[in-house]
Amino acid sequence: MKSDIYHQDKHIDSEIDIIEQTVSSEYKYGFVTNIEADEAPPGLSEDIIRFISSKKNEPEWMLEWRLKAFKQWQKMEEPNWAHIKYPRVNYQDIIYYSAPKQKVKPGSIEEVDPELRKTFDKLGISLEEQKRISGVAVDVVMDSVSIATTFKTQLSELGIIFCSMSEAIQKHPDLVRKYLSSVVPASDNYFAALNSAVFSDGSFCYIPKNTRCPMELSTYFRINAQNSGQFERTLIIAEEGSYVSYLEGCTAPKRDENQLHAAVVELIAMERAEIKYSTVQNWFPGDKDGNGGIYNFVTKRGLCKGDYSKISWAQVETGSAITWKYPSVILKGDYSVGEFYSVAVTNHFQQADTGTKMSHLGKHTKSRIVSKGISAGKSQNSYRGLVHVGKNALNARNFSQCDSMLLGDKCGAHTFPYIEVKNNTAIVEHEATTSKIGEDQLFYCNQRGIDTETAVALIINGFAREVMNKLPMEFAVEAKKLLAVSLEGSVG
Amino acid sequence: MLRIKDLQAGIEGKQILKGINLEIGAGEVHAIMGPNGSGKSTLASVLAGRPEYEVTGGSVTFNGKDLLEFSPEARAGEGLFLAFQYPVEIPGLSTTNFIKTAVNEVRKYRGQQELDAVSFLKVMKEKMKLMEMDQALLTRALNEGFSGGEKKRNEIFQMAMLEPKLAVLDETDSGLDIDAIRIVSDGVNKFRSKDNAVLAITHYQRLLDYIVPDFVHVLYNGRIVKSGSKELALELEERGYDFIKNEIKEEAAA
Repeated sequence: MKSDIYHQDKHIDSEIDIIEQTVSSEYKYGFVTNIEADEAPPGLSEDIIRFISSKKNEPEWMLEWRLKAFKQWQKMEEPNWAHIKYPRVNYQDIIYYSAPKQKVKPGSIEEVDPELRKTFDKLGISLEEQKRISGVAVDVVMDSVSIATTFKTQLSELGIIFCSMSEAIQKHPDLVRKYLSSVVPASDNYFAALNSAVFSDGSFCYIPKNTRCPMELSTYFRINAQNSGQFERTLIIAEEGSYVSYLEGCTAPKRDENQLHAAVVELIAMERAEIKYSTVQNWFPGDKDGNGGIYNFVTKRGLCKGDYSKISWAQVETGSAITWKYPSVILKGDYSVGEFYSVAVTNHFQQADTGTKMSHLGKHTKSRIVSKGISAGKSQNSYRGLVHVGKNALNARNFSQCDSMLLGDKCGAHTFPYIEVKNNTAIVEHEATTSKIGEDQLFYCNQRGIDTETAVALIINGFAREVMNKLPMEFAVEAKKLLAVSLEGSVG
Repeated sequence: MLRIKDLQAGIEGKQILKGINLEIGAGEVHAIMGPNGSGKSTLASVLAGRPEYEVTGGSVTFNGKDLLEFSPEARAGEGLFLAFQYPVEIPGLSTTNFIKTAVNEVRKYRGQQELDAVSFLKVMKEKMKLMEMDQALLTRALNEGFSGGEKKRNEIFQMAMLEPKLAVLDETDSGLDIDAIRIVSDGVNKFRSKDNAVLAITHYQRLLDYIVPDFVHVLYNGRIVKSGSKELALELEERGYDFIKNEIKEEAAA
C-alpha cells in the first residue's frame, strides 16, 4: 500500500506541475522555422505525382500504384456526411511536396541541419535527449519528409525495422508491396485515395516473429511550410507473437489560412501479436475567432489478422480546426481484441467528428470503446461509431461508453452510435452520459484555494482519467498539459 | 481575528442576512445555532464568497483585511476554510491529487514553498494518523460514492491539511450518526489551538457536546438575537427555538 500511494503521488506531482505551468500559455508550437524548402509547384496532376515519385527515386511499381490511386481519386466525390462545416478545399492551391533542404542526406542525428534541430528542441523533442535518456526511438517527419530516425541500430539488432516510408520503399520493397494498402485500399475513401497518390513520407515499422519491441517507437509530425499539405503514410506490421507500442505526436505553426492533413495509417497484427497505437494530436486549431488551423482528415485502420491478436488505439485530440477520423479495427482472427480509447477536446470554433469502427468478423472477438468528448467555446464535438458484427462472428462482445462534457452553453456534443448485428449470439452494450462542470464544483475548488482555471483542468483530467491511464507515461504527461492549454479561457 | 459588522446579504434579490454583528478572537470556538431558514448557511456562504450571494451592506474584516474584497480562492489563502454541508463529487479526480493541488495553491498564496511529492506525503501521513483518516478514501475519486460520514471526515481532513486560521463548519453534523459525529469532532478538537478559531454552525445542540464552544449565538430571521455561553445551547435544546421566538415577540410588544 505504501509504495502504491507513493507511485500514485509521483504521477500526481508531474500532473499538477504541468497544469500550473501551462494554464496561462497559448498555442506554443506556433512558430515557423526558416529553412529553405525544396517544393513542388502548387496543384495536383499526374505530373506532380511523377515529380514526387522521381524526387524520391521510387521504383516503377510505386509510381504506377500512385497513378492508379490518383485516377480513382479523380472519380470520387469529397464526402459530406460528417457533422462538420468548412469551405471547400481547393486541391489545386495546395503544395503537395515540400522538403526541408538539407545539403547532405543525414547519416546520423548529428548531421541533421542545426536549424531543424532547433525546431525540434523548441517542440520539446531534443533528438539527442531522446537518444540519450528516454529510450524512445523517434522518427521525425517535417512537412513531407522524414528527417531523422533515432535508435535504428539498436532496433535492427533485434530484426526490428523502424524507418521512414521512403527508405522502406527502397530497402524493403517486398514488405511494402505486400502490405501497403492491404488494410486501407486507395479506393477506400476520398482522402485515402488522395493520400495514396501524393504521400511523400511517413513511418514504417516491422516487428519480427516473437519479438517484443523493447522501447516505444515514436513519430513526430510537423507541418512547417506555408500552403503545404501533409500526407503521411504509416505502416506497422507485427508478426506472430510480437508486441509494439507506437506513439504519434503532431504540431504545426500558427497560420491564418487552413492547411490540410490527410494521413493514412495501417496496422497489421498477426497471430497473438499486439499493437498499441497512441496519438497526441495538437495541430494548430485556429485562433479564438476561428481563423486558420489544420483540417485533419485521417484514415486509421488496424487489421487483427491472426487469432488472439490485439490492436489498441488511444488518442488525445486537442488540435486541428477540423478533426475527422475514426481509428478502426477489423477483428478478423478468432479471439482477437480491438480497443479504442479517446479524449477529444474542442474549443472556440473547432469541430471534431471522431470515433471508431469495430468490425467483428472472427469468432469470440471482443471490442471496447471508451470515448470522452469535451466541448467548450462555440465548438462542436461529435462521437460517431460503428459496431459491426458479421454473420460468422459467434459470441462477439462489445462494450461502448461515450461520455460528453460541456463547458458553457454555446457548444455542442453529439453522439452517433451505429450498431449492425448479424449474429444473434453477440452481446453489444452502449452507455452514454452528458455532463456539465457545475458551479458548485468550481466553488468547492475555489474554496480550497484553487483558481477556476486550475479547477477546470482538474475536473477535466478527472473526467478523462480512464483514457489518460491508457497512454504511455511520457505521453500522458504531455496530454494532460494539452488538455489544460486547450481549454484555457473557456470558463469564467 | 474576524469582525463582522452589520452584515447584510441575500440571494436573487431576497435579503437573508439583515445586519449580523460578530467578533471572533484567536483560540475561540463560536457556535451559531438557529432554526431552519434563519440564515445560518447563508452566513457561511457569504464568508467563503459564494458567487450567487450578494452583500448589500456592512463589512467583514479578517485579520485586519477586508475579507469581502477577496476572491474565494484568496480567502482560502488568507486562512478561511469552509467545511461544506454538502461536499461535491468530482468523478475521476483522486482525493489525494485534489488535496495536494489545494495545499500547494494555498502555500503559494502564503509565500511558502510548495511541497514536492515526498514532503507532501510525509505531511499527509502525519495528518492521516492524527485525524484517523482512512487511506483508502484518499485514493478514491473525490467524494464519489462516499457515505455521508466519509464526506464529512474528508472535509475535516482537508481542514487539517490546509491549516486555516478560521474554520467554518456548516452543519458538519447533519446526517451523521453518533459515532461519525464523535470522529469528526475529535478531528476538530485536535485542530484547535490558541492561534486559530472555529465557527460551528449547527441546528442541534448534540455537536456541541463534543466541540465545546466558548460562545453560542442564536441566529433568527437574519439577525443574531441572543448570545451566551455554552449553557445557552443546552437551554435551546431543552426549550426549543420557540422560546427565542417568543422572547422576540415579547420584546417587540414591549
